[in-house]
Amino acid sequence: MTATVTEPPPGDGDARESRDAKAAPPGPPGPPGPPEESERPEASDAFDRDVLPAPKGASLRLLGSLLRPLRPRVAVAALLLLLQQAAVQAGPLLVAYAIDRAVPALRAGDGGPLAAVAAGYAVCALSSGGLQYAFVRAAARVNQSVLLELRGRIYRHAQVLSVDFHDRYTSGRLISRATTDVEALRELLDEGLQELLGVILSVVYICSVLLWLDLGLGGAALLSFVPLLLIVRNFRRRSMRVYRRKSTATAAMIVKFVETMNGIRPVQAFRRERAGEAEFGRLNDRHLRFNGDAILEMARYVVSSRLVANTALAAIVLWGAYRVASGSLELGVLAAAALYLRRLYDPIDRLGMFLNSYQAAAASLEKIAGLLAQAPGVPEPERPRRLPRPAGGRPGRAVVFEGVRFAYRTGGEVLPRFDLEIPAGQTVAVVGSTGAGKSTLAKLLARFYDPTAGRVLLDGTDLRELATPELRRGVVMVTQEAFLFSGTVADNIAIGRPEATREEIERAARAIGAHDFIAALPEGYDTDVRKRGGRISAGQRQLVAFARALLADPAVLILDEATSSLDIPGERAVQRAMDTVLRGRTAVVIAHRLSTVEIADRVLVMDAGRIVEDGSPADLIAGDGRFAGLHRAWRDSLA
Amino acid sequence: MSATAASPPRPDPPHPEPGGPGLGAPSGPAAPAGERNRSAVRSLLRLWPFVRPVRARLFTAAFVAILASCLGLVIPLILKWMVDGPIAARDTGGVWLGGTLLLAVGVLEAALFGLRRWLVARPLAGVEASMRAALFRHLQRLPVAFHDRWASGQLLSRATGDLHLIRLFLAFPLTFLLVNGTTIVVGFAVLLSQEWTLGLVLLAPVAPLVVFCSVFETRFSLQARRAQDQIGDLTTVVEEAVLGIRIIKGFGRHRSQARAFRELSRRLLDTELRKARLLGGIWAAVTALPELAIGATLVWGTIQVADGELSAGTLVAFLTTALALRWPVESLGFLIAMSNESATAADRYFEVLDEPVPPDTLAAGRPAPDPRGETEAARDGLRFERVVFRHPDSSPDAPPVLDGVDLHIRSGETMALVGATGSGKTTLTALIPRLYEATSGRITLDGRDIAAMSREELRSLVSVAFEEATLFSASVRENVLMGAAGDPAEGDLARALRVAQAEEFTAALPRGPETQVGEQGLSLSGGQRQRLALARAVVGRPRFLVLDDPLSALDVHTEALVEAALREVLAGTTALVVAHRPSTVLLADRVALLSRGRIAAVGTHAELLRSSAEYRHLMSGEQHGQCEEER
Repeated sequence: MTATVTEPPPGDGDARESRDAKAAPPGPPGPPGPPEESERPEASDAFDRDVLPAPKGASLRLLGSLLRPLRPRVAVAALLLLLQQAAVQAGPLLVAYAIDRAVPALRAGDGGPLAAVAAGYAVCALSSGGLQYAFVRAAARVNQSVLLELRGRIYRHAQVLSVDFHDRYTSGRLISRATTDVEALRELLDEGLQELLGVILSVVYICSVLLWLDLGLGGAALLSFVPLLLIVRNFRRRSMRVYRRKSTATAAMIVKFVETMNGIRPVQAFRRERAGEAEFGRLNDRHLRFNGDAILEMARYVVSSRLVANTALAAIVLWGAYRVASGSLELGVLAAAALYLRRLYDPIDRLGMFLNSYQAAAASLEKIAGLLAQAPGVPEPERPRRLPRPAGGRPGRAVVFEGVRFAYRTGGEVLPRFDLEIPAGQTVAVVGSTGAGKSTLAKLLARFYDPTAGRVLLDGTDLRELATPELRRGVVMVTQEAFLFSGTVADNIAIGRPEATREEIERAARAIGAHDFIAALPEGYDTDVRKRGGRISAGQRQLVAFARALLADPAVLILDEATSSLDIPGERAVQRAMDTVLRGRTAVVIAHRLSTVEIADRVLVMDAGRIVEDGSPADLIAGDGRFAGLHRAWRDSLA
Repeated sequence: MSATAASPPRPDPPHPEPGGPGLGAPSGPAAPAGERNRSAVRSLLRLWPFVRPVRARLFTAAFVAILASCLGLVIPLILKWMVDGPIAARDTGGVWLGGTLLLAVGVLEAALFGLRRWLVARPLAGVEASMRAALFRHLQRLPVAFHDRWASGQLLSRATGDLHLIRLFLAFPLTFLLVNGTTIVVGFAVLLSQEWTLGLVLLAPVAPLVVFCSVFETRFSLQARRAQDQIGDLTTVVEEAVLGIRIIKGFGRHRSQARAFRELSRRLLDTELRKARLLGGIWAAVTALPELAIGATLVWGTIQVADGELSAGTLVAFLTTALALRWPVESLGFLIAMSNESATAADRYFEVLDEPVPPDTLAAGRPAPDPRGETEAARDGLRFERVVFRHPDSSPDAPPVLDGVDLHIRSGETMALVGATGSGKTTLTALIPRLYEATSGRITLDGRDIAAMSREELRSLVSVAFEEATLFSASVRENVLMGAAGDPAEGDLARALRVAQAEEFTAALPRGPETQVGEQGLSLSGGQRQRLALARAVVGRPRFLVLDDPLSALDVHTEALVEAALREVLAGTTALVVAHRPSTVLLADRVALLSRGRIAAVGTHAELLRSSAEYRHLMSGEQHGQCEEER
């Protein structure tokens, strides 16, 4: 048993899989938070491998491709916002008109201008409300359609990507992509983007109205944006730095938290509570410091922008007043300008919030784009072929590895070129130490991977030419991890064949010896595996996984360490089932327990990616090769 | 904020979700508004012990904020003074004075806003951190039975999302409910004192607006919660699709999963659009009603100005003040909503913090006066007496997992524990270090009742290797030495690694025993992790050793080597070893057969093979004795 750790083999061994299983619980902690929320588990994978390489500008292209089909709706929403802002910003203009025109007119006995002001204000108020309503709905339709499409794309893409990819990109990260990262984008779309558009539009409107009212006042207002923009830029730069430090600190804290809670048994058994507390306290303090920094950065921004805004207001009003006093400006115009200026600088605080949520969303979008840019390693055939009818009425099919070689894209060769033929109906046991390439062999046969060179044939047909449903009627693989989906026990078994009747499901469970424990559950086959009373041990879950495979009744069955959690009676039940229910099927069995080998017709011994021994169990035991040695050790262990 | 929204399904022991976690999200809107508000206030009041240390700063900040807010109201008054005074009088000096005043007030306002944020930034981050530390501290001390019920994702969401909400509540709604309330009162006082008729016109929409907002807020939060639940369901589908990808691919079941996903997505879209409709309604009202009032004021004011009853400056000041008051009024609805949300967050937080930590030594702990005298008792070994165990959350009529276990492991002896899948072997081992508390009966170590010992002491006597080998994000050295009490000698690590046959692969790691492993480090294979867990269990030379199927993930060769080394360790300790296979059983002096919650038989391997059909079945898989083949 040599150590294979230096290059963790994604294909072989259980290292990755168990890591996946452990990575899962961190999951999303849940509630979407307010805009400046950042303590999300997404941060928990802020490791260097987290962002997959994506072509430059992929995030923007992704956003574009999501919005393109919605162009008409986007246009409508934009138009509604444009009109709405126009209605809102008309108010002070009417004030100016009222003071400068309606008052003198009234004094002259003419109520016309005042009536116009009244009507205008009423129309503006009502239409700004109505337009607001329409805009919120239109924008929500666009936003939600984008999110629906994005979630769907991530989901579909994750399904298409090869198992090889899933082995390397842990499930926890994939789940964060589909949940917290989408959530970050939702926050931006829901609150941020609308806010930003509103701010920009109102700034444009107000400045142009000011310019129209009085070139000088408008120009001064425009000028005040120079320092404001500088402040915004400065804030963006600084907050990004703080933000990044903070999210690293958050990630470290979350990892420690989840690790402690998932490993509470060893923590308590080894009295690690105090040490854990000290460590968590340290991480918590660091987070506290950066969190404080982030809040202060925001405070700094608010103060400096307010300062500029208030100074500009005072200066412009002073200048305006000076001019009114000197007679070159009308009083009403000054009043309107003062009102407009207060409005102009109002949204600056909110702009800071927007920038924060924009940063979070941009980072998330980049990660999502990287994921979607991954090409599926195992593409569907363009012109799928059908399998020939099984020859001679036997349920099994022949398997041929023809000049097959497998290497990772990074270059590490796992299986050098080899040929292998497994006749229909044969049961083949594959043995060898961890990292010998057993699982890779199995995954090539299940088409979880495609070979780097050569072909894998099922009854003479290349696996790459079979559509998924056809392939899965042919080959089914049961792995060590016996995952149960939420739903009842019966549902879980029925994954093998969704159209199966309850009798067929029970028959499969009986054949594998799982019926007794299932019947003893509170609601038997209808027990929800995630609900109260659904305590199902690792061994029992493996039996359910087997029942699933029996129900699927494939021509070729692959068992990859699928008996590791079973006790001896369980293992025997599996062997009996293979001997009865699955008789005549082709089977490939990988196990480190040699008991399984007894039922095999043929044994392959693998070492460092090569098949070093091949023969019937009896022949190999009689010889003096590795298998004979392994077998002796095993016999001794039984003694 | 629904608890169900985010519970990540774990691939491991499925977590039954009893009432507990689900109750964390009381769907408030159903409750009568009054009662709900009172309970929200009560929930938020519970934050006081954490806020107490920073109360001075918090109150100062609130005072500063009120000051700043009222200063904002002074600006229109200065404008009025300028319009009616210096401007009307063409007095340039007065204009300068006004402008300078305006600037001074503006600068002061900005400075006060900054001061407020600066005052609370670090203290409130500190409150968040101290609440989080308290939660972590408490969770570490809660029994394993609690953690069985709660998925770590649920706990994490309390430690992050909920605490974040609470900090935001302390920073904004708490202060601004007070500040904006004051501003509104002061503002309207100013307005009414200037011209009460105009003030009343402006005041008119406040009442309908507040009513309108609260009605819509209630309906909106109902939809929001529904959306969150649906997102939770969607998340579950995504998680399962990812965690079970090998099964979905292995059986070619993409379509049915994708259909479920599409279905849920559609439903979510509908809810979101309903939400948008309500939100649009709120916004429309919030925009239109105040505008209408301002419009009415303008018209009414213009008439008065024309009649000479009102100065132009007063009208300008009026409108500017009205504008300044719009935000405080509008914000009330959203501040209240945020407070409600924070109250829910506080409930969720305290729900966990209120979970009682069981007393360290159980009061019922009998000192167990031993009739056989001190020296004899000191070498009594490990003894189970009529031990019954039932999961605390299981229904009372369900049969207990352990139903009267009597077992004596003599001092220095190694006992193997054998039983069918699901017979309760792992549960039995967890009772010894009191990870679970026995429902009744007692367990003694060298004659002392473990219930009467502190956990600290008990766990220093007992060392455990769990079936599921968990490594922490730390170096191999730290992971192993975790099992050693006090200051381990240099040779201890090497010895433990040797026993577990982990020397060779540890040495081959990039940085040897200093290599980081676990979630944030190198991932090791199941067999490697299991060997490190074994090393951890034996490193402290414990008086009592509990091993739960310690060799299951090892291949035949390694298993034989570990067994040989383990024999030496077992010779010097009292041990209970859960075994599935004859090879592991042979490490033990005697074997106990656990069946139907009791110890059905105790004896040597050979004796039990002869006398017990069930034991034969478990060891050979055959119904009828084939023990001769084992030899």
